[in-house]
Amino acid sequence: MLGKLSWQALNNGPIVLGGDISMLLAGVAVVAALTYTKRWKWLWKEWLTSLDPKKIGVMYVAVAIVMLLRGLVDAGMMRAQQAVSVGSSHGFLTADHFQQVFSAHGTIMIFFVAMGLMFGLINLVMPLQIGARDVAFPFMNSVSFWLFASGMLLINLSLVVGQFSAAGWLAYPPLSEIAYSPGVGVDYWIWALQIAGVGSLLSGINFIVTILRMRAPGMNLMKMPLFTWSVLCSMVLVIFAFPILTATLAMLSLDRTLGMHFFTAGGGGNAMMYVNLIWAWGHPEVYILVLPAVGVYSEVVSTFSRKRLFGYASMVWALIAITFLSYVVWLHHFFTMGAGGDVNAFFGIMTMVIAIPTGVKIFNWLFTMYRGRIKFATPMLWFMGFVVTFTIGGMAGVMMAVPAIDFQVHNSLFLVAHFHTMIIGGVVFGFFAGLTYWFPKIFGFTLNERLGRYAFWCWFIGFLLAFVPLYILGLMGATRRMDHYDASLGWQGLFIVAAIGVAVIFLGVGFQLLQLAVSIKRRHENRDLTGDPWNGRTLEWSIGSPPPFYNFAVTPQVHERDAFWAMKQAKASIPQTEYEDIHLPKNTAMGIFIAASAFAAGFAIIWHIWWLAALGLIGIVTLIIVRSTAEHPEYTISAEKVAQMEAEKA
Amino acid sequence: MSEVLAPPEVQHLNQRQEADAKTVFGFWVYLMTDCVLFASLFAAFAVLRGNTFGGPAGNELFSLPFVLIETLALLTSSFTAGLGLLAARRRDRNQVFLWFGITMLLGFFFLSLEISEFHKLYVEGNSWRRSGFLSAFFTLVGTHGAHITAGLIWMAVMMARVARQGLGSVTIKRLTMLSLFWHFLDIIWIFIFTIVYLMGAGI
Repeated sequence: MLGKLSWQALNNGPIVLGGDISMLLAGVAVVAALTYTKRWKWLWKEWLTSLDPKKIGVMYVAVAIVMLLRGLVDAGMMRAQQAVSVGSSHGFLTADHFQQVFSAHGTIMIFFVAMGLMFGLINLVMPLQIGARDVAFPFMNSVSFWLFASGMLLINLSLVVGQFSAAGWLAYPPLSEIAYSPGVGVDYWIWALQIAGVGSLLSGINFIVTILRMRAPGMNLMKMPLFTWSVLCSMVLVIFAFPILTATLAMLSLDRTLGMHFFTAGGGGNAMMYVNLIWAWGHPEVYILVLPAVGVYSEVVSTFSRKRLFGYASMVWALIAITFLSYVVWLHHFFTMGAGGDVNAFFGIMTMVIAIPTGVKIFNWLFTMYRGRIKFATPMLWFMGFVVTFTIGGMAGVMMAVPAIDFQVHNSLFLVAHFHTMIIGGVVFGFFAGLTYWFPKIFGFTLNERLGRYAFWCWFIGFLLAFVPLYILGLMGATRRMDHYDASLGWQGLFIVAAIGVAVIFLGVGFQLLQLAVSIKRRHENRDLTGDPWNGRTLEWSIGSPPPFYNFAVTPQVHERDAFWAMKQAKASIPQTEYEDIHLPKNTAMGIFIAASAFAAGFAIIWHIWWLAALGLIGIVTLIIVRSTAEHPEYTISAEKVAQMEAEKA
Repeated sequence: MSEVLAPPEVQHLNQRQEADAKTVFGFWVYLMTDCVLFASLFAAFAVLRGNTFGGPAGNELFSLPFVLIETLALLTSSFTAGLGLLAARRRDRNQVFLWFGITMLLGFFFLSLEISEFHKLYVEGNSWRRSGFLSAFFTLVGTHGAHITAGLIWMAVMMARVARQGLGSVTIKRLTMLSLFWHFLDIIWIFIFTIVYLMGAGI
């Protein structure tokens, strides 16, 4: 009846129990707060069932921030373990638990933090930037978000019921096969990613159609803001990369549940095929995350330098070049596979080539700053921190693109340091810059500058403290995923420095949470009354903050790049008289129900509860059919009503 | 004349058409992602097709005349689905039922042939557990079969819709996407026919 599930699944030792209890307490606190303030109905009607991309975006970011805290706790546990687990001391984590922790850390940070922040920002900003009222498929957008949330719930559930994968964040076979990982951990990993991944794929389709079909009149491709361009390129990568992930996860799952032999050690399987397939998704995935961050930097640097972006066309071509090149470098993740000198040379050279468009971007940003009237606001600090870290990380990357060097540092902490430099310094800093920059647009008040600076400096210094030692340790021969080492190696000092670095990053996150709390408390002092707090250049700043739920009362006409800047220079405003009827989608809970069915099906397959799996799948199909029969999913706001609402705001 | 503003109901109609075009474009993008999914499975099949692990290879398992019947059934169903869509555009409800009805029958016929092939392999001891080659075979062909099943369910739902509501613009838009989906599966099958069966029988 319940498959492999039994009470034994709840018994996971004291540390996990502590995690369970703190999650439970946090959950109870949220429920109590909602009940006490009588906010349940509000939450359901205004947020959970909403199809407004601005609200969906806020929910993505909220989930991502909660998951960031969990991922950071995992990081702290790893570094604390490595700082003390030397010689005769074995630290506080068992080897198996340590493996679960680093697997969870990587999976959570990429799929549920970086992806969540990215989709959040895209939802918040992209429709506003192109002058659209909505995305192309609002209902599908809600489904995407809830699938993402379901995957997130599954991965957290693994902490309480059963265990998580101990096979690393990409679960290489044959280790991840049933013969060597007989527990449910890898299955949790597969289904959390499979469900969230389908959500990402749907988002990719949605945003591509939105950008290609819903831009304001006059905004041709070469007049699009660069953030939107970066989103377009990133989403093209999504639609070509995520189906590969779906297929690969499905094959691994078939191996584990039906006894197939895709990647098994025996039976005619081929484990290296998995490594090829997963990186054919995984390398584009890196750029899926980096490109939107690059778009954010482009907006931030030109706004805070009060200049047009230097080399717009070259920026666009660099984005397109990176989009293409990111598909021909995947093998550099496993030069040591033994594909032969010629193959390695091809992929090594392609990897170095990708540094060229990236360099073009860095120089364009620097030239944008040159002779600009620079304002060192927090988003600009994140940008400048990024230039430093990304350049260091990029150099390390070009080094490792040489197969001969890669053979030396492969699987070492040098590699770990490299990709954290790219993902934290490139992606995370970028999304923080973006969140600070667009926060007033979404919520109507700016974030506290001083605490933002403190947060930045803690992150920046903490980052260097945490990862520069890893570069050194890596060159000294320290491998990744190591829960214990010999005292004679003399590594402990550097590991302690790295652990201190993580503590400083924690402090930075503390400042960010404090910044949020203080800014909300003092929101009346920080109100953004003009809708344009930074003297912005693109269309989202042309409307009030927060924008009305229909975004633009009158669809703007675009004549130039930096459309809003041009309007301001010409002292022109969008004529606010010719109002028209606006059609928007009604709220629906169907996205929640579909994702809940997917969650049930995923959980059931993990635990081999076949009746529930069948029920979940039938549920999904039935719900989609029911939704397709909904005849009036839209409502209309009459032109008079729009005029009235606009007049009230003015 | 173009300066004259269209009355509101015509404006709304234009918006409707624009929205429909957007949906069909989105569906094309979805089909491309599905194409990449199949490409991954084809790649896996290509890598594993020689890994029979002592078990039978394609030329010992496949009967080309049998597969040819499957192929002809599916190709014909693609043609009838096209006729059905043309009928829908002419708002000819009876013809829609006729042609999509034939399409569904051919689809069921195809599916039953595929299931009987799978069943035969299974009882002869050549299941997906036998070898890497058979794992890849069952997954690739089975994924196509699952798509066909989804297409048949969709077709049944659409026929119920046509019966209840007639041929409105939303229904025609959905029939357009359905027939795109069906033709797409046909193209995938051509590749399966060639790479799995024809090339497999030639090993």
